[in-house]
Amino acid sequence: MFEAIAFYLFSFLTITMFFIAVTTSQALYALTALAAGMIFISAFFFILGADFLGAIQIVVYSGAVMALYAFGMMFFDTTRDVKEKQGNKFIIVGMGVLAAVLVVVIFAAPIVGDNIVAIYPMIEGAGNTQEVGMVLFTKYLVPFEVAAVMLLVAMIAGIVLAGKKMDLSLTLTSDDKIEEDENNKKVLL
Amino acid sequence: MMEIGLNHYLVLSTILFAIGLIGVMRRKNLLLLFFATEILLNSVNIAFAAISHYYGDLTGQMFAFFVIAIAASEVAVGLGLLIVWHKRHGNIDLETMTSMRG
Repeated sequence: MFEAIAFYLFSFLTITMFFIAVTTSQALYALTALAAGMIFISAFFFILGADFLGAIQIVVYSGAVMALYAFGMMFFDTTRDVKEKQGNKFIIVGMGVLAAVLVVVIFAAPIVGDNIVAIYPMIEGAGNTQEVGMVLFTKYLVPFEVAAVMLLVAMIAGIVLAGKKMDLSLTLTSDDKIEEDENNKKVLL
Repeated sequence: MMEIGLNHYLVLSTILFAIGLIGVMRRKNLLLLFFATEILLNSVNIAFAAISHYYGDLTGQMFAFFVIAIAASEVAVGLGLLIVWHKRHGNIDLETMTSMRG
């Protein structure tokens, strides 16, 4: 009963928020609606008993990703209205729905075929976080490490791309130019 | 109606995925295009978590974790590239990025 009420309430809220996020012409409204939608999605994870995933959803999406987007928006001119593509609306909506149904068929086909066997079944008497830890650090250890390396690469890429003057190469700039820049810096200070 | 099953979650996932795809196709601003991409990734995460719950298998949750990790690194690299482009050209509209005339 409560599960049904929670499911329908959060479905409505999530769909509304994401709809606002893709249709509004104000970038700030889109950012706020997206952040709210991310929080509401974590509610589904809590309903489904995936507590750790829900906590990660709030921490990573609402904390890190949204803060990064808000930081990025300070660089861009976000006060003006966003221009939209002038395309055929029916084609866009039709293709979107068609592709989404295809994705669900991909997910649902093995279920309908009824040949899903739980490879890593839930362990009795263990909390969700404990179960996740057991599976993640035994069967999925190598993908976990690869994901860690990927995050490191992404961090370095973010620093190099967004850092001040990081697009200029120090080794390709002549020494005189660097010295001149240093002197200018002292004048400014 | 009152019993929430796997199909309910799959339908919700479909609706959210459709919203995300519509956003990807109609947005011209690259920052808002990224927002639509996040919606796509999140809708798939819901499907993974629901299947994981209804089949008593943890593999779905594991994949959801890796999807979140990929989304985080995508944002970091994508925003860095956007900032570099904005510094050089002054806007981030898709139509100004067509350098090849075919």
